[in-house]
Amino acid sequence: MSENLQASGAAGSATFAGSDSRRYNYYKPEGKRATLYEDVTVDVQPDPSRHLLQGWIMSFADGTPSYSEKSTAIKSSDWHAFRAPDQEWSRTHYQRQSHIENTIKMVVDNARGDGAPGRFDQGWVGVLQNQFGALKHAEFGLGVALMKAQRDGMTQMINNTILTNASYKLRLAQDITLYLGDLGLDISIDGDAGKQVWLNDPAWQGVRKAVEAILAASDHLEIYFAVNVVFEALVGELFRSGFIMRAGPVHNDFVTPAVVSAAASDYRQNLANTVTLIGQLTGDPAHGAANKKVMQGWLAKYVPLCAEAARDLRGIWSLQDNGDLHYDTIAEDSRARFKDILVAVQLNLPADVSL
Amino acid sequence: MASNISLSKIVKQKSISIGEATKRISDLGWAPSYFEEILKYPTDYKVDKAPKDPMKQVLRSYFPMQEEKDNRVYGALDAALRGNMFRNVEPRWIEWQKLFLAIIPFPEISAARSMAIQSQIAPGEDLRTGYTMQMIDEFRHSTIQMNLKKWYMENYIDPAGFDITEAAFGKCYATTIGRQFGEGFITGDAVTSTNIYLQVVAETAFTNTLFVAMPSEAARNGDYALPTIFLSVQSDESRHIGNGHSFLMSIVKEPENLDLLERDLRYAFWQNHAIVDAAIGTIIEYGTQDRDKSKESYAELWHRWIFDDYYRTYMLPLEKYGVKIHHDDVEAAWNRIVKGNYVHKVAQFFSFGWPVAFWRIDGMVEKDFDWFEAKYPGWYNEFGTYWENYRKASLPNQPPLMYLDSGYVYPHRCWSCNVPALIREDFCVDEVDGELYTYCSEVCRWTHKEAFAAEYNGRPTPAMGRFSGRRQWEECYHGWDLADVVKDLGFVRPDGKTLIQQPHLHFDDSRMWTLDHFRGLEVRSPLLDLRAMSPADREKHIANYRAGFTCKPI
Repeated sequence: MSENLQASGAAGSATFAGSDSRRYNYYKPEGKRATLYEDVTVDVQPDPSRHLLQGWIMSFADGTPSYSEKSTAIKSSDWHAFRAPDQEWSRTHYQRQSHIENTIKMVVDNARGDGAPGRFDQGWVGVLQNQFGALKHAEFGLGVALMKAQRDGMTQMINNTILTNASYKLRLAQDITLYLGDLGLDISIDGDAGKQVWLNDPAWQGVRKAVEAILAASDHLEIYFAVNVVFEALVGELFRSGFIMRAGPVHNDFVTPAVVSAAASDYRQNLANTVTLIGQLTGDPAHGAANKKVMQGWLAKYVPLCAEAARDLRGIWSLQDNGDLHYDTIAEDSRARFKDILVAVQLNLPADVSL
Repeated sequence: MASNISLSKIVKQKSISIGEATKRISDLGWAPSYFEEILKYPTDYKVDKAPKDPMKQVLRSYFPMQEEKDNRVYGALDAALRGNMFRNVEPRWIEWQKLFLAIIPFPEISAARSMAIQSQIAPGEDLRTGYTMQMIDEFRHSTIQMNLKKWYMENYIDPAGFDITEAAFGKCYATTIGRQFGEGFITGDAVTSTNIYLQVVAETAFTNTLFVAMPSEAARNGDYALPTIFLSVQSDESRHIGNGHSFLMSIVKEPENLDLLERDLRYAFWQNHAIVDAAIGTIIEYGTQDRDKSKESYAELWHRWIFDDYYRTYMLPLEKYGVKIHHDDVEAAWNRIVKGNYVHKVAQFFSFGWPVAFWRIDGMVEKDFDWFEAKYPGWYNEFGTYWENYRKASLPNQPPLMYLDSGYVYPHRCWSCNVPALIREDFCVDEVDGELYTYCSEVCRWTHKEAFAAEYNGRPTPAMGRFSGRRQWEECYHGWDLADVVKDLGFVRPDGKTLIQQPHLHFDDSRMWTLDHFRGLEVRSPLLDLRAMSPADREKHIANYRAGFTCKPI
């Protein structure tokens, strides 16, 4: 009671049962010791199969509870096993995103101050206006799909990983938008042209179709899979790293590659998360075979769309002379990387699907 | 020759205006034509108009701003340790944080999930950045709060209770209210849950008591960490309030939405009052050692934040759009606080139930009595004997107060808000789908039976959610031995016998309760007992319950 208070409320000022219990003890860390990411993430979204004594106490009209395993076709023996390799929680996420934004701003401001956009090849300016301008809509669409998908996962680890992926995509879409807007203050760029290309140019209709297919999906893991296993490997990285980053310098543009380089880094991080999660699910001792079957179905659905999208983009490499940069070589690299990803997640290219 | 170099040319780099930037960003979306998106979380509202972005902020400025806020927060935590904060902190206060910080991260992260739902139903993309920022903000709030809790665990004298925090959240008799809150943000009608319940009421009204009033009390108890964290959290809420108001304005002018808005504002206001005032009112009034009579009581804070700021300046203006506002509910909530002693009765229930808590609940002493009497005249007559009993029964030399003949009657629990029916004269029962349920108030009965139903005012409401599952904690352990209950809950210290929860602040094994002190004591569910009664006995029981009880000295 208050009349007999301890002199200090500090750790170590008294010894009694439990006075040294200074770690979260309700979950098993992945490694020897819990990481900060684990401590602030694990079990924050409760689960009737772990600590949720009363189960979910609200449901939809059809009886589906607030969180339901039926929200995905995938099954898991332990949804709680997944830990994102990037270990992102809010502070590290803000630090990384802020670092990217500040770097882009510094690069773009310095380049503009130096008059660099005025030295871009005229034809390249058209590419930035139309093709790079169209890409921002694809990135935005994927961000929207991922934002929707972060609602439904069975654990905080899964949902937060999808959430940060959404955040990266939406940031990238805005980065491109603002960059083109800023360029337009220095050189002639039509800010609306990219959207028209996105909506109407045949070269982009395959990409739009693939993105809209992902947007229309309602299974959160299907969305996450389609974005990172298929689309990014076959289309996103093909265009960003295989064209914009490599063609830019040929046309006196060192700025745009710097803006888009963050996306390559984003994808490496998101791919690591994806491969870990999907690999756990395909390797699940009880449900692995069934999960592979579902994912093979996803491959059958998205690979043709993304392969067609990649082929449709081919002409963009030929709009100008890009030196020794050729679509076929880049596309071959991208297909090889995609196959490597499939191996990593223990899946096969469906027999009737070609790249 | 004039120089082309000037200071402004060197240091200034013009960018597109923020207006132009947000305009271009809102044009990133398009109407898909190859595949049609299926609305996964539908609404019964008519949602045709695109909400406008009131904040005009882009991610380029958002991320650095948030990083800077985080730097200040974590720097302050380091400074608090260097300043030896825990030497002077009040354990009475920190103990209640074991409850509060177990509850709050789940509603926070539910709010992030909520943005997945609202952003899908909102036409257009003008508010997309607002939703994105709210989604990431809520991610921030959940992890920053988990981190604060970890920090308390590492540095406060008694880490037990913090160490089991998320397991405790899933099991405790008092945390279901947090799930009602969090699940309410993501379940059922997409507009009801994400806009009205979360943004329009919880964030716009009640975060002020949660994240502004409570930090002030923390500082009075030597805790500078909680204000640092929560005022930073609250600085994000203005964005969420803006999102919520913008969406509300996009639907309020549709005449067919008016009856649903009336329903949802009524449900959301009442349930937020019932849940937030129960938890935060108790923590502020009973978790403090500061009894400065010049400071505001929770009732006074409520009047300022909820009545003056929210009701008068936010709710009332909605009437001009034709929305029916239940002024009587606002008045009833106020009366529950000042006349019905709602907060005091919740604190009484919390403390009475200490054997199944996972934090220490310090008893009230004469200094506290004086303050309560000054702020709430008549308090001593109603609660003085109870708290004197609590003090007498705080050491393990008799059964816990719950099992002594003290006059206190363990309460029925409200099926709707999950807080017990503590203002006994307001207790009511009703049948839904042939089953008997208990409620703390008429509005909570209405909420379960009429608001969360397949139709409302004669119109079908297929998107509306349902109250479901094992909503009453006591049902889970009906007929169990108290020692087995506590063991099953996991509320036992690492020695396997000493309880985490104690009705005192003695950090001394010889004065701490163990499982052995609980053997042979039975836990019962008032609802299951009520359902098992004959109609006549039930009627008598209800009448007796409504008549209330009188505490007597033990």
